Amino acid sequence: MSEHITGGSPQEMVERALELSRGDGCVVLADEGSTANLRFAGNTLTTNGVARSSRLTVISVVGEGVGVVSRAAVRPDQLADVVEAADRAAREAQPAEDARPLVEGVPASPSWGDPVTPTDIGVFEDFAPALGEAFAAAESGGRKLYGFAEHTRTTTFLGTSAGLRLRHDQPSGRLELNAKSADLKRSAWTGVATRDFSDVDVTGLDSSLARRLEWAKNRIDLPAGRYETILPPSAVSDLMIYLYWSAGVRDALDGRSVFSKPGGGTRVGERLAELPITLAGDPSAPGLECAPFVVAHSSSRDSSVFDNGLPLEPTAWVKDGRLEALQQTRYSSELSGMPVTPPVDNLLMTCREGGASLDEMIASTERGLLLTCLWYIREVDPQTLLVTGLTRDGVYLVENGEVVGEVNNFRFNESPVDLLGRLSEVGASVPTLPREWNDYWTRAVMPAVRVPDFNMSTVSQAS
Amino acid sequence: MRQMDPDFLELPLRQLADAALQRARDLGAEHADFRLERVRAEMLSLYDTRLEGAMDADDLGYAVRVVKGGTWGFASGILLTPEAAAAVAEQAVRVAEVSAPINREPIELAPEPAHRDVTWVSSYEIDPFTVPSADKVALLAEWSAGLLKGADHVSARLYQVKEQKFYADTAGTVTTQQRVRIHPNLNAMKASDGGFDDMSTIAPPAGRGYEYMTGTGWDWAAELARIPELLAEKLAAPSVEPGEYDLVIDPSNLWLTIHESIGHATELDRALGYEAAYAGTSFATFDKLGELTYGSPIMNVTGDRTVEHGLATIGYDDEGVEGQSFDIVRDGVLVGYQLDRRMALMKGFGRSNGCAFADSPGHMPIQRMANVSLAPAPGGPSTEELISGVRRGLYIVGDKSWSIDMQRYNFQFTGQRAYLISDGRLAGQVRDFAYQATTTDFWRSMEAVGGPQTYVLGGAFNCGKGQPGQVAPVSHGCPSALFRGVRILNTVQEGGKK
Repeated sequence: MSEHITGGSPQEMVERALELSRGDGCVVLADEGSTANLRFAGNTLTTNGVARSSRLTVISVVGEGVGVVSRAAVRPDQLADVVEAADRAAREAQPAEDARPLVEGVPASPSWGDPVTPTDIGVFEDFAPALGEAFAAAESGGRKLYGFAEHTRTTTFLGTSAGLRLRHDQPSGRLELNAKSADLKRSAWTGVATRDFSDVDVTGLDSSLARRLEWAKNRIDLPAGRYETILPPSAVSDLMIYLYWSAGVRDALDGRSVFSKPGGGTRVGERLAELPITLAGDPSAPGLECAPFVVAHSSSRDSSVFDNGLPLEPTAWVKDGRLEALQQTRYSSELSGMPVTPPVDNLLMTCREGGASLDEMIASTERGLLLTCLWYIREVDPQTLLVTGLTRDGVYLVENGEVVGEVNNFRFNESPVDLLGRLSEVGASVPTLPREWNDYWTRAVMPAVRVPDFNMSTVSQAS
Repeated sequence: MRQMDPDFLELPLRQLADAALQRARDLGAEHADFRLERVRAEMLSLYDTRLEGAMDADDLGYAVRVVKGGTWGFASGILLTPEAAAAVAEQAVRVAEVSAPINREPIELAPEPAHRDVTWVSSYEIDPFTVPSADKVALLAEWSAGLLKGADHVSARLYQVKEQKFYADTAGTVTTQQRVRIHPNLNAMKASDGGFDDMSTIAPPAGRGYEYMTGTGWDWAAELARIPELLAEKLAAPSVEPGEYDLVIDPSNLWLTIHESIGHATELDRALGYEAAYAGTSFATFDKLGELTYGSPIMNVTGDRTVEHGLATIGYDDEGVEGQSFDIVRDGVLVGYQLDRRMALMKGFGRSNGCAFADSPGHMPIQRMANVSLAPAPGGPSTEELISGVRRGLYIVGDKSWSIDMQRYNFQFTGQRAYLISDGRLAGQVRDFAYQATTTDFWRSMEAVGGPQTYVLGGAFNCGKGQPGQVAPVSHGCPSALFRGVRILNTVQEGGKK
């Protein structure tokens, strides 16, 4: 058992909470978090920090009523009050429509009793000096670097009155690096996801940005309109993540989503793309490992506290171009008559083997736009999943296989679902960091794609 | 005035602060501050009158921020003992030392008078956390049942927060504060042959207590009674013809345009580039202060942390600076920014105007938005009078979709509903609309603002900024206003569908 920052180990707190509960059933989640971060702008540090967190969530079940109480920094002497509050909430609650027997029969995690290993500022011991050298190189090269480096470790302990004892350790890291010319008129961005920062090559990333700032020295103004456009993996990930977040079965069944079938039911089974595209989640995907069981701190449209501990399997949401599954709880599965497919915390988009690299896609372009990333993506129309947003940090014009200059930014209006059906090329899939959503999502493998007619609705003056 | 909750005052606030600040001094910090927070939140969500999700959560912890050798260091902890607090101060100093090689701008803070042992509590009548959840669920279910008579599905949410903060710094300021906020929202959805659509309540979130649910500050019965009829009209409405229109924008929509195109654009950290890699910068760069014609001469905008029931209202900010009210745009010209202590000194303002905020004990304070509000015209027109001056236009009510670029130039907004204005009169709703403009073009096209009778304090709980990401509550007051010649899109056509 690990020593706990509030005085008792999380494993002991889980066991004790389960003993204290007077409900018919009980689920206890203990989340132990630690984080370290560095933020910088204009070749200097702006903010930094380390933080620890400890949260205990008690989910009590009385009949079909459920009560959820979540408290931070709970000491052992406060545990009884937290459990009693959850029990009381369950007794007073209406029957929960997602009420099901708690999950049983999942073998205990072998690491259940191991101590928690937090991250701290030491994770940047090698990275910070390398970043300092990159600042110096940027300064002498007439560039300014902006960005953010963060490392977190979250350990989740899940215990239930049905006997489950599961644990998941999730390290996550990200580096966003943005280079600007000294006059701030040219800008380029890159980002990487990492589990421990040992694989982050700041110098190499800075060099790639310097190359793009060179591209941007030739400025070309283009009007709004539909353009053949290459979206790199980061831009694709932001659009596909939004599609994925919108893929709950209950909204589809209720006729209020892009995945609703006119007249009733869902569009599962319908072809969305002519190309054999697959969009999937896999808890054991190499480098993208994530929780292999359901962790639900509260119920919502697409999650159920009763499913806590349910094993997660590799799940294809889109397979060979057809909509294969929507996000399901055990409850919604009964409503829909489809398999239980809870959400998985990573996303992988693939097409055929041997897809072209981004550089190869540029080389095969007669005339088109190459984007860097997308920003401020917001839903406009849920019926089509039309979203709006901006291009950011580099839109380049490609002519006869070469980048010939930088173009102004645009506001776009597009639907990621509609886009799937219009892709003319899907490149090789690679690990990427979403630009828009990396506060919430860092585990993605995506291809670059070619869209023959991407809708740039208006010009943005932003640079 | 309400009092602080006794159980918060019983925490070992001063002992922890003393231990942390002393250790920071002993380790050579030029400045140190200590902030202990407890944030309690309850979220209830219902779908078709049934409870779908409930969460009662809190966050409790403290932070130590130091300036050591001209470099920031920040650490937070949760164990409430003086020894642990001192250890967190040591961590903060260590963070400053590890970070020193990448710091090229020595940190100095604008002076602030010491506020010794002051207490501030926001204005509210009923602490929402004293009301049984079952009562809240019953009220939401009753409201939902009413809406279901005219809808296929109804979702209802109630989000309530109580925020308690204790702050102390090495200059001698000690503040203890408490505020509550509440945000109810109901949404009715209905399908028709032409697809589906929905309508949400436009009641804003408020810095009020549970009395907001029972008739103080909003007429819920009146709003809920109209929604089924409004939704039915929307479903039968024609799709908007894209083009250039005059717009009369209701405060329930305009607050968000103010938030995005003025509030964020006049944050000095953005203007100076500190958010360049994330939230973005601003077209309103520092060299334009006092020069930029932001809008028409009738445009007057203030930043404010004092207005009653404002979501960003507070007695003292998270750097110990007293809440203030200040001009941002006067007679259409940019005259001010939102500041924290570091930027205030750096750019010669003398004193911060109190806009530092951290959303949790685990996060370092950054400059966050005050209540940024557009002033009404004394004796100005009613909304109906504004509409009467439009030959062909739209009257837009309620916020919905929003997006703006990283320098706050180009934006696109939709709304809950829009009415065609024909020869000065409302001529029924239209669907599928969005307005798209460049910030300064838009505000310079503002021909008239309504009088105080049209003024409403809107806002949001969840303004995002910073890395690590932080959310902040903020209000924006505004009257109805008239804008000439704004581009309207048809969103169905934008999606490539005819």
